[in-house]
Amino acid sequence: MAYVIVFGPLLAAIIAGVFQKQIGDRVAQSITTGLVVLSALLSIVMFFDVALGGNERTIELARWMAVGAFEFSWAIKLDTLSSVMLVVITSVSALVHIYSWGYMAEDPHRARFFSYLSLFTFAMLSLVTADNLLQMFFGWEGVGLASYLLIGFWYKKPSANNAAIKAFVTNRVGDFGLALGVMAIFTIFGTIRFDEIFAAIPAHQDTILTFFGMNFNALELIAFLLFIGAMGKSAQFFLHVWLPDAMEGPTPVSALIHAATMVTAGVFLVCRMHPVFELAPNTSAFITFIGAFTALFAATVGLAQNDIKRVIAYSTCSQLGYMFFAAGLGLYSASMFHLFTHAFFKALLFLGAGSVIHALHHEQDMRNMGGIFRMVPVTWVMMLIGTLALTGVGIPMLGLGFAGFYSKDMIIEEAFMMGQEGLPFGMMAFWIGVIAAGLTSFYSWRLVFFTFHGKYRGDKHTLDHAHETPILLFPLLVLAVGAVFAGAVFKDHFVGKHAFDFWGDSLPAGPYAEGNYPEYKAAYETAQGVGAQSQGESHDGAGDTHGEVAQAEASHGDDHGAVTDTHGGVHGDEHSAEAHEGDHHGHHPPVWVLWMPFGATLFGFVLAIYFYVIKEGLPARIAEKSGPLHAFLSNKWYVDEIYDFLFVRSVRGLGDLLWKVGDQRIIDGFGPNGVAATVLASARRLARLQSGYLYHYAFVMLIGVLGLTLWFVAGTGAH
Amino acid sequence: MTGDLLLADLRLLAPEVLLAVGAMAFLMVGAYTRAQDGAARIVSLLTLALFLVAALVSIFYVPSEGGTAFQGALIVDDFSRYAKAAVLLAAFISLILAQNYLEQEKLAKFEYPILMALSVLGMTIMVSANDLITMYMGLELQSLALYVLAAFNRDSLRASEAGLKYFVLGALSSGLLLYGASLIYGFSGTTNFAGIAEAVAAEPSLGLMFGMIFLLSGLAFKISAAPFHMWTPDVYEGSPTPVTAFFATAPKLAAMALIARVLMQPFAEMVHDWQQVVMVLSVLSMAVGAFGALTQTNIKRLLAYSSIGNMGFALVGLAAGTSIGLWALLLYLTLYVISVAGSFGIVLSMRRSDGMVERIEDLAGLAQTRPGLGWSMTALMLSIGGLPFFVGFFGKLFVFYAAVSSGLIIFTVIAGLLSVVSMAYYLRVVKVIWFDEPDGSSFLPATFSVNAVVLVTGSATVALLPFMYVMFRFVMQAGSGLG
Repeated sequence: MAYVIVFGPLLAAIIAGVFQKQIGDRVAQSITTGLVVLSALLSIVMFFDVALGGNERTIELARWMAVGAFEFSWAIKLDTLSSVMLVVITSVSALVHIYSWGYMAEDPHRARFFSYLSLFTFAMLSLVTADNLLQMFFGWEGVGLASYLLIGFWYKKPSANNAAIKAFVTNRVGDFGLALGVMAIFTIFGTIRFDEIFAAIPAHQDTILTFFGMNFNALELIAFLLFIGAMGKSAQFFLHVWLPDAMEGPTPVSALIHAATMVTAGVFLVCRMHPVFELAPNTSAFITFIGAFTALFAATVGLAQNDIKRVIAYSTCSQLGYMFFAAGLGLYSASMFHLFTHAFFKALLFLGAGSVIHALHHEQDMRNMGGIFRMVPVTWVMMLIGTLALTGVGIPMLGLGFAGFYSKDMIIEEAFMMGQEGLPFGMMAFWIGVIAAGLTSFYSWRLVFFTFHGKYRGDKHTLDHAHETPILLFPLLVLAVGAVFAGAVFKDHFVGKHAFDFWGDSLPAGPYAEGNYPEYKAAYETAQGVGAQSQGESHDGAGDTHGEVAQAEASHGDDHGAVTDTHGGVHGDEHSAEAHEGDHHGHHPPVWVLWMPFGATLFGFVLAIYFYVIKEGLPARIAEKSGPLHAFLSNKWYVDEIYDFLFVRSVRGLGDLLWKVGDQRIIDGFGPNGVAATVLASARRLARLQSGYLYHYAFVMLIGVLGLTLWFVAGTGAH
Repeated sequence: MTGDLLLADLRLLAPEVLLAVGAMAFLMVGAYTRAQDGAARIVSLLTLALFLVAALVSIFYVPSEGGTAFQGALIVDDFSRYAKAAVLLAAFISLILAQNYLEQEKLAKFEYPILMALSVLGMTIMVSANDLITMYMGLELQSLALYVLAAFNRDSLRASEAGLKYFVLGALSSGLLLYGASLIYGFSGTTNFAGIAEAVAAEPSLGLMFGMIFLLSGLAFKISAAPFHMWTPDVYEGSPTPVTAFFATAPKLAAMALIARVLMQPFAEMVHDWQQVVMVLSVLSMAVGAFGALTQTNIKRLLAYSSIGNMGFALVGLAAGTSIGLWALLLYLTLYVISVAGSFGIVLSMRRSDGMVERIEDLAGLAQTRPGLGWSMTALMLSIGGLPFFVGFFGKLFVFYAAVSSGLIIFTVIAGLLSVVSMAYYLRVVKVIWFDEPDGSSFLPATFSVNAVVLVTGSATVALLPFMYVMFRFVMQAGSGLG
C-alpha cells in the first residue's frame, strides 16, 4: 500500500512525461490523475491504520549507500506525522489534478503539466516519508525543482521565468543552510537516521561545535541551520520574496505547492526534528520571533495588494508564520494541526480564486473585478466558506466553528500560556497573533467584497462571458467540507484528549488536554501501553523491520522521558500541583484571551465592511493620497528593493561578466565557432604582434623570461 | 704547460685552429688582391675548401677518444665532433648557394666568406664549450659576424634594419645570458661545466635554477625559439637570401648543440626542472611556427616561421632529457638542415628577368615551367612537414618517440596536433607549385651550383631512406657522447 502511495505519482509522472507524444494529453491526464487519486484514497486508509490505529512502522526499500558510518536506505517511514502529511499532500494533489482538467483545458502542454504535478507529488511524498535526513534532502530538492518547473510552466512569459528563477535561487539559500545542518548532524552524531539521531541526542546536549572559528552549542547550531532551510522553503521573513512572485505560475500550482504542501515542508522539518529543537531554546526563541514577525509582516502587506492571488499568497506567508511561532514555542502538535486545517481552506481559497480568474479570462487584478457573485455563485459561496475558515470564525467557549477557528485560536491561546510561563517572545507572539488575526480578517473580507460585491470595474465584454466551469467546482466542494469540518473532527486527536494516542512517539502531544487533566495523565499512560502493543503488532506484520521498530520503540520511551523532562520544568510541576487540587481547568487561559482573536476578527470584518461596502470607493481615495504607509505596504516593505540592491545587481554584474568574457569570448571563441576560424584568428593575432617594432620584440622577450620563470616556479614549486 | 700538452690540446682543437688561421690568412689574401671581383671569388673558393678541410679534420684527424683542452675550457667528444662536422657542412652549402646571388646583386665582396668563416669559428667553439666563458666567447664571435652579415647589403634599407634589429635584440639576449651565467657562477663558485655539474648535484639551489632559466632564455634567442623568436621573420625577410639560408642552418645547429650540452651536462641533475621550461619553449615555438606561417605570403617569412616551428620539434627531443632524445635531436636537426638548405636553393632560383621574387604566388605552376625545381621543392616541403616516405618523417617520429619514452604523453600529443597544423602551409606551397596556373614569366636558369644543391637535397629526402641505418649509427654515437 505504501509503495503505491509513494511511487504511484512517480510512475504517473514518468509515463506522462516520457510518453506524452505517444499517448496524448487526455491519456496522460487520466493516468496521472487516476494514480494520484488512488494514492490519495490509500493515504486515507493509511491514516486510519497508522495514526488512529497506532500502527507505526518503517519500510526499508533499498539500502542506498554504505560508506563507513555513512549508511542509509530509501525507506518509507510511516508514523502519525508522516501519515498526516500523506493525507494532506495526496488529497490536495488529487483535487488539484482534477481541477487542472478544467483550468488547463486550453493549454497545449497539458501532458507536461500533469507530469510535473505528479513529479512534485512524488518528491513531496518521499520528503515526508524519509527516515533519514539525506532522503529528506533529496525530496526537499525534488520539490524545489518541481516548483521551479511549475512556476515557470508558462515559460514564454518572462515574468514567470523570473519568478521561477527567483524561487529557485531563494530556496537554494535555504537549502544551503539545510545541507550544512545535515552535515553538522552527521559530524556530531555520525548518523543521519532519525531514530538514531533522536536516541543519541541526550548524550550530545552539551557538545560544542566550532563553526567559522566560533564555538556553538552543537544542537543550537544544528537547529538554527535546519531552520534556515525551513525558512527558505516555507517563505519566512527575508526568504519569503519568492512566494508572491511564484503566483506567476498556473493557479492549481499555487494551490498545491504554495498553499498546501511545499511551503509546509519547513514546518514539517521542524516538527520532524523536534527533539533537536526542544533542546535548543535559543533557536526556538528565534523561530518564535521570525514566525511572529512574518505573521504580522505578511498580513500588513496583504492589506495593500491588488492581485487576488498575491493577497492569498501573503496570507499563506502569514499563516506559515503562525505555524512557526507555534513550533518555536514547543507547540508542535498545534503547529501541525494548523498546517492540516490550513491546507484545506487555503487550497480552497486558491482554487476559488482560480475559478474567478478562469471565469474572467485570466484577469487577476481585483480592481478590475467587483459584483460578480451572481455570475459565479458557487465560487462565491466557496470563497465565503474559505474566508470564514481562514479568519477562524467560531464561538469560543462553545467550541463551535470553522476549521481555522480550532487551530488558529489554539495557537494564539497557547502562545499566551507560554508567554505567561516566560518563554521568550511568547507574549509578543500572542499579541501579534491577535493583531494578525484582525489584519487577516480585514484583508480576507476586503478580497471578498472587492471581488464579488460592489460595482463591476473591469471590461464589460469580459463579464458577458463570465461563467463557472463545473469541473472546477467539484474540488472546491470537497475542500469546503474539509474547511468546515476538519477542525471540529480532528481537534481531539491533534491537540485534544486523544492527542497522546494519536501522535504516538512522532510528536509530543503538547500541554493541552482540553482542561481535562486526569485524561491527560491517563492518555500518557495509555500511550506507553499502546506503544508496547504496537511493537508486538509490527513484529508480526513487518518481519525484518522488527529490529528497527523495536529500537524506535525503545527510543520512544526515552523520548517521552525527554518530553516530560523538558516540559517538566515548565508544566510538569504545575500539572502535578493542579492534579492535587483537582482543578479541571488548570490549563485554560483566561476568558478574555479566548475572546481576543474573536474580537480581532470581528473588528477586521467590521472595518472591511465599512471601507468596502458602506463607503465603497473610500480606500481608492486613501490610496490616491498615497500616504507613505500605503506605499510602504503596497511595495511590500521594500524588501524586493533591498534584495535588488544587495544581491541581484551584484550577482547580475558577475553573471554579465561571466557571460561576456567567459562564455562569449572564451567558450564561443574557442569552441563551436570552429577550430579553423580560431587557427586563422590566432595567425592574424600573431601577425599583429609581429609589428616590426623593436621595442615590441624586446618586450615579448622580457615577458617571455618572466613567464618562463613563473612557469618554472609554479611547475616545480616543491623546491 | 709543457709543449706536449699544448700540442695535444691544439690537436684536439685542430678545426678551430684551422678556421682561425685560415680566416685571418684569407683576409690578407683578399686585402692584397687587386681586382675586387677576383678577390671575392678566390677567397670564397678558399673558404669553401677551408670548411671542407676543417670538417674532414674534425672527423678524421681529431683523436676519436676526445678530451678537454686548455684546463677544461673546451671539450671534444663524439657529440662536438658530429656537431662541428654538421655545422661546417651546413656552412659549406650556404656558401655555395651564396656565390651566384652575391655576384648578381653586386654584393660579391671577399669579406663575406671571411665573416662566415669567423662566425663558423664561433660556432665550433660553442659546440666545444666546456666553460661559461668559452661559451660566451664562441657565442659572441658567432653573433657579431652574423650581425654584420645580416646587414651585408648595406645600401638596402631592409637589410640594414634587419641587421640593426638582430643586433639590438641579440645584445638583449646576451644580457639575459650573462645574467644567468653570473647567477650560476655566484651559486656554484665556478664557471666550468663539470664544476657546475657538481654544484648542481650537491645542492640544486634556487639561484642555480634561475640562472639556468636566464641562460636558457639567452640561448633560446639564438635558435629563435618562442617567445624569443620575434626577430626571426623580420631578419629572415630583410637579410640577403644567402645570409638567411646561412641563418637558418649552421647557427641553429650550433646553438642547439650548445643548449643540449648545457642542459645535459652541467644541469643534468635538474632534468625534471628544465624539462618543464623546455616543454614550454617547445610548445610555444611549434604553435608560433604553425599558426604564424599560415597567413604569410613571403616565402622567406614562411621559411622563418617554419624554422621557428622546427626548432620547437627539435626541442621535443631535448625535452625527453635522455640519450634517445639527444640522438633524435641530432637526427632531426641534420635532416632539417638538408631540407632547409634545399628550400633556400629554390628561393635563390626565383629570379626573373626583372630581379628576385619572394612571394609564394610566384611559385605558381613551377611543376610545369621548371619540373626539376617543382619536384625538388615538393619533396623538400613534404619532408619538412614530416610526411611518411620522406626522411623528415623519421626525424619527427624519433623526437616523438623519445618524448613518449620519457612519459611526456600529453606533450607529445600537443606536438603531434601542431605538426598537423603546420602541415597545412607546407601543403599550401605544394598546391601552389602543382595546381596554380603559372603567370607566364618563368624563372631564369640558375647556376650549376645552386641547381646541384637543390637537386641533391631534394633527392636526398627520398634517397637517404635506405641509408637511415648509417645515420642512426652516427647520431647514436654522437648522442651517447653527451648523454
